[in-house]
Amino acid sequence: MTIWRLILREITHRKIGFALGLLSVCIAVATLAGAMTLLRAHDLRTDQIVAAKEAETQREMAKMEDDYRKIMKDLGFNVLILPKDQNLADLYADDFASKYMPEEYVDRLAKSDIVTIQHLLPSLQQKARWPEQGDRTVIVIGTRGEVPYAQRTAKSPILEAVRPGTIVLGYELHRGAKVKEGDTIALMGRQFKVAKCHGERGNKDDITAWISLREAQEIFRRPGQINGILALECVCAADSLEKVRADIATILPDTQVIEFASQVIARAEARRRAAEAARAAIESEKRQRAKLRSEREAFAAVLVPIALVGCMAWIGLSTFGNVRDRRAEIGVLRALGVRSNQILAVFLGKAAVIGIAGGIAGCAAGFFAGTAWGDVGDIPSLFQPGLVVASVGLAPILALIAAWLPALLASQQDPAIVLREE
Amino acid sequence: MSDPVLQIQNLKKTYAGPSGAVGAVADISLSVAGGEFIAIHGPSGCGKSTLLLASGGLLAPDSGTVSVAGKDLYAMSGDERARHRAARIGFVFQQFHLIPYLDVLDNVVAPTMALPIADGKGKAHELISRFGLDQRIHHVPAALSTGERQRVALARALLHDPPLLLADEPTGNLDEANGEAVLAYLAEFAAAGGAVLLVTHDPKAARHASRTVLMRDGRISKT
Repeated sequence: MTIWRLILREITHRKIGFALGLLSVCIAVATLAGAMTLLRAHDLRTDQIVAAKEAETQREMAKMEDDYRKIMKDLGFNVLILPKDQNLADLYADDFASKYMPEEYVDRLAKSDIVTIQHLLPSLQQKARWPEQGDRTVIVIGTRGEVPYAQRTAKSPILEAVRPGTIVLGYELHRGAKVKEGDTIALMGRQFKVAKCHGERGNKDDITAWISLREAQEIFRRPGQINGILALECVCAADSLEKVRADIATILPDTQVIEFASQVIARAEARRRAAEAARAAIESEKRQRAKLRSEREAFAAVLVPIALVGCMAWIGLSTFGNVRDRRAEIGVLRALGVRSNQILAVFLGKAAVIGIAGGIAGCAAGFFAGTAWGDVGDIPSLFQPGLVVASVGLAPILALIAAWLPALLASQQDPAIVLREE
Repeated sequence: MSDPVLQIQNLKKTYAGPSGAVGAVADISLSVAGGEFIAIHGPSGCGKSTLLLASGGLLAPDSGTVSVAGKDLYAMSGDERARHRAARIGFVFQQFHLIPYLDVLDNVVAPTMALPIADGKGKAHELISRFGLDQRIHHVPAALSTGERQRVALARALLHDPPLLLADEPTGNLDEANGEAVLAYLAEFAAAGGAVLLVTHDPKAARHASRTVLMRDGRISKT
């Protein structure tokens, strides 16, 4: 006969008491394991929601990109026609072309049957010093306005021409010169009447002066020459710059075509704002999930200790009851020579069995309850080996602590008193 | 007569009562040798059970000594006394005190928890056969008659082949036939060289005893 055999026989004899002890441990451990599994499920669900939102944002961004492309296609896009030998690096560095082409090129385009471009704006641009204004830097643009197509129905021009003898001034220029519309101002030895003063734009337009193309050609000694043709709202069926380039190359072989930057900037800005909105939405979701998690944590922090203390109280009381019911048995075991530490082991062994069995059952129950309520599809990812070890290890320890006092009392029971009473 | 298995010298024991100490055993000296069957009888409260429990190492006396197989029980530590008791003393009680959830076989081998022996189950089977309990070997005490229960208790007491058997009213809950059978087993044990100390109300027990002791007010009044 061993202590374990005695314990197991007693357990099978007093099944209800054992089952109730087991249930109490099971509930306590299930509460702990369930709470931890739910919190893990919450974290995983948060990751899933955030990942889904990010994926949705990516899709929305891609769709937005596509929509913008389509919108820009419908609206048309802008191209700049430059002399073929123009170095683009210089263009981007200086903001204007340093090579020139005949003004006649724009007339050739206007007379052609090209359909992919429209709104032709020839110009001669030059960065210069303005001697009458203390040698300040000025960008002078000579323009003749929109050149109408010979073979198309006349449309209202997208940009009005600057009449000879007049000047349109950017914000910094008229502010610096202290002039207003109607005033006269000198530019490189010529007198111009101020036709318009632009408001602040925050770009190079603020230091630009627009005059007629003819007068610009005279000032810069480039008669009959321009250095760029801006074609606005071009339409391309294939949504490709290549088509426009090919069409223009057949008419003006000595030119090159680049896309004007505005739509790229617009797209980038739209993307930036959309991404910002998406980020804000994701952050808001994260904050809400974190708040919910802290609420659940607080609830678990109250519920789990209550369940554990309740379980320990139950184990302690039921062990007291078990000791009382087995007084005669303890007395006769002592009479048979069983030592007090063996009596202690009988009761603590039973508590350990209840703790281990209840811990395993409770851990399993808590895990499955947590997965059921956790609303996370990936069940294996909820499994936490550390939680299993902690639950199955903690339960017998708590059961042993709870059973310690009654077991000690049983081991110190005087067999003579019991046997005399019996 | 061989050396005494149980040697009691000037044993005194009192209990604390509401109006002071109550004397249970007063200055008793007694020895039981191997082959002796001593029956102690007397009225209730005369100190018989106290004498028996003190003889078994379960109740420390106020003074005096109790030696079993040459060793002073109360000079030992608690664990040593428990081991000595397991090896040297068998108990039989009026209430049988079988463990209710163990079957006959497990009840008989229960003492091996205190002191393991080689082939404890084989020895238990042998005792169970000797007491005619083969058909009841896997029955729990609740399924046994009172006579059968007492025979199980006897088999349990004999598992370690103790030199001393202490019996406290073993026939108190038995009918006449079963009571006689138990007393006959005790006599048989003594005849085989064992020492028996029987505490009883039953005057018929004297017929089986080699010596009868009458106790009154905690003292031996007649031998």
